[in-house]
Amino acid sequence: LSVPPEIPKEDGRPKWDNKFQYILSCIGFAVGLGNVWRFPYLCQIHGGGAFLIPYFIALLFEGIPLLYLELALGQCLRKGSIGAWNTISPYLGGVGVGSWMVSVLVSLYYNTVLTWVMWYFINSFQEPLPWSVCPLNENRTGLNKECYESTAVNYFWYRKTLNITPDVTESGTLQWWLILCLATCWAIVYLCTIRGIETTGKAIYVTAIFPYLVLTIFLIQGLTLPGATDGLAYLFTPNLSTLKNPRVWLDAATQIFFSLSLAFGGLIAFSSYNPPKNDCEKDAVTVAIVNSLTSLYASIPVFSVLGFKATTGYWDCLDRNIISIINEFDLPEESILRQNYTTWISFLNSSHPEKIAGLKLKSCDFQEFLDQSVSGTGLAFIIFTQAIILMPGSQAWAILFFIMLFSLGLSSMFGNIEGVFTPLLELRIISKSIPKELLSGIICLISFLIALCFTLGSGSYWIDIFDRYAGSLPLLVIAFFEVIGVVYVYKIKRFSEDVKQMTGRKLNLYWQITWRFISPLLLLIVFMAFVILQIQKSPSYAAWNPKYEGFPMKEEKVYPPWVLAICVLLAILPCVFVPLVALLQLIKRMRRSKEPSFVPPEVFSCQGANG
Amino acid sequence: YTWDANEEYLFKAMVAFAMRKYSRKSTTQISNVLLCNVTDRVSFWFVVTDSSKNVTTVPGSEVEAAIRMNRNRINSAFLLSEKTLQFLKITSTLSPPVEPSTPVWLIVFGVVLCLIVAAIVFLIVAGIQQRKKKNKESTERENLEEKGEVTVTVENGSPCEALDLKAGHVNGVFAADDERFTSL
Repeated sequence: LSVPPEIPKEDGRPKWDNKFQYILSCIGFAVGLGNVWRFPYLCQIHGGGAFLIPYFIALLFEGIPLLYLELALGQCLRKGSIGAWNTISPYLGGVGVGSWMVSVLVSLYYNTVLTWVMWYFINSFQEPLPWSVCPLNENRTGLNKECYESTAVNYFWYRKTLNITPDVTESGTLQWWLILCLATCWAIVYLCTIRGIETTGKAIYVTAIFPYLVLTIFLIQGLTLPGATDGLAYLFTPNLSTLKNPRVWLDAATQIFFSLSLAFGGLIAFSSYNPPKNDCEKDAVTVAIVNSLTSLYASIPVFSVLGFKATTGYWDCLDRNIISIINEFDLPEESILRQNYTTWISFLNSSHPEKIAGLKLKSCDFQEFLDQSVSGTGLAFIIFTQAIILMPGSQAWAILFFIMLFSLGLSSMFGNIEGVFTPLLELRIISKSIPKELLSGIICLISFLIALCFTLGSGSYWIDIFDRYAGSLPLLVIAFFEVIGVVYVYKIKRFSEDVKQMTGRKLNLYWQITWRFISPLLLLIVFMAFVILQIQKSPSYAAWNPKYEGFPMKEEKVYPPWVLAICVLLAILPCVFVPLVALLQLIKRMRRSKEPSFVPPEVFSCQGANG
Repeated sequence: YTWDANEEYLFKAMVAFAMRKYSRKSTTQISNVLLCNVTDRVSFWFVVTDSSKNVTTVPGSEVEAAIRMNRNRINSAFLLSEKTLQFLKITSTLSPPVEPSTPVWLIVFGVVLCLIVAAIVFLIVAGIQQRKKKNKESTERENLEEKGEVTVTVENGSPCEALDLKAGHVNGVFAADDERFTSL
């Protein structure tokens, strides 16, 4: 009998229906809320078009190599993050556990952000929009005090949505409306991830493509708004002198890193469901480039709308001044227009300076309105909602906008949940008899119960803490150990052979240099810069306190020591698994082998993984 | 619209109407309302006199109360709003926003939640049915195997199952074995 031909072994592992699903899932995971509300902000504060230079350099030397590394790793080993790293080397199993831990922590708070989006979405069906008017106070003589002093949009966000407490230590009560929305969000996540990639693969067609449609609609609408061109000019005008500031380079490196969702284990999980012979090099480059282009594409409507908002704010300021001047001097209506405001002001200032001074006119500076830059939740829930009120047909725009944010966040949640789900499925502790539906149900239920703490009055402060500490530093550490582990422990020569098996091409010089030297070095520099910046100033947060003298400005407060301890714990917990597991393995080895000779780790290669 | 004598006449009429409605005596005439200090800005002072009591002005508080009661009518007569027609020193009573009996968001939320729960139940039931079908198929296959030969046939010292019979080359000479013998 001759040797049987190579029959691909049916190992019962689920696979993608087609390659498009896989690429779309990776893109959906990478493209998230940060592309919409962090990248445009960074562009704005770091000199507009000039920011693209450090951004693309970071993409080239840090983003794409790390992405290729993860995708190739998952495809070669065909296991989730914990199993994959255990297979590379038992001493590196901690890297997998660390990624798993980060995915858990991030899933918890990320879905709460989606809860807020969902709350705004279901409130967008009202006429007028609830964040456009201030409610009345108790005796109906005027507007609610807190709302009147800040704006209606601020009031709806801080009071009606979050019901925020003035301090992180005051927990407040559970907000029942947020609990309902949180339950709905986790139900949606459960629905989409109920059978792993079988179901997320179908859902991703909608959640990954829909945001692009809405962005295009907003692009067209945004460009027709007055003041859009000012906003865009402001965004993209390059100011090359900002490149001298090292902070800009650090922000570019961190933005690329977090934007591509590296070191979560989700990308490893996604590519582990691929057939072994798949060109992951092309996939990695495609995903990275699409992610960056999406960031650029999203910043255009965002900045058109911001320019529109600055223009309307400027016009409102002018109009208010004009009314007070007309009232004071009893001039006929329409005598002072926006265009000749400055000439009138200078004329009146020279002829009646005391009267003008007595009016206490606010200085209207267009640049000042443009400079009000916000990122994160403030951009979406305060600035953008305010701009939406000013557009005609606000309900439709609000509904579209919040569905888009929800889809963006949901497709990233799929990646996070896969990063948690896939390694658990492969653990031998969980027996094969537990159906996938039950496991995903248990994960979603436990996450929902833990995430209830984020629906407290102080919930948004805690989410900031999680975002700043759990979702940043550990990822850098894990990514660093990933690169070092593959290049120096597994040996890049062996990995090169495996990659050649999968893609049919040898690793070219670009990958060799970036994997061996540039990426680990960059990660180390970014990590140290990050830590130094964190240590330099004592961590503080901005609290919304209606009783503060400077209200509606936010009050700067420092974290009390027990909160600081939690921050440090969040940052250290995933990282500590790396040395911990290595230590445990060492102890196990030393106990098992009584001989002083060192037992080499099992020789393993990608080709051996499948048969 | 331009402010002229006709608009002034309308204004006087509205104020008289308000006074009549408030004090419920129909003695206030248009001639009782006096305007003064009209400026280009269209701002002026006005007083209401009481013709029954020898040309004395009606106290300001009464006029204020009358206007506040009929503010809506006065605004609509001029097609203006609270902001564009200002009575200085008369605070406006703001109308509360219309609130439906059930907040709209609860309705939308209910719809969304029902859809999701229905979809989850559907998927779980489909999964259970699929698993039951798979279990039934595998038990049927097991029953057939039990009825067939259980003994391990040995060929040349190695059990048959170990030989990958499917992958072996078929010897062409014996291929048409069945056809050489005539059927009985």
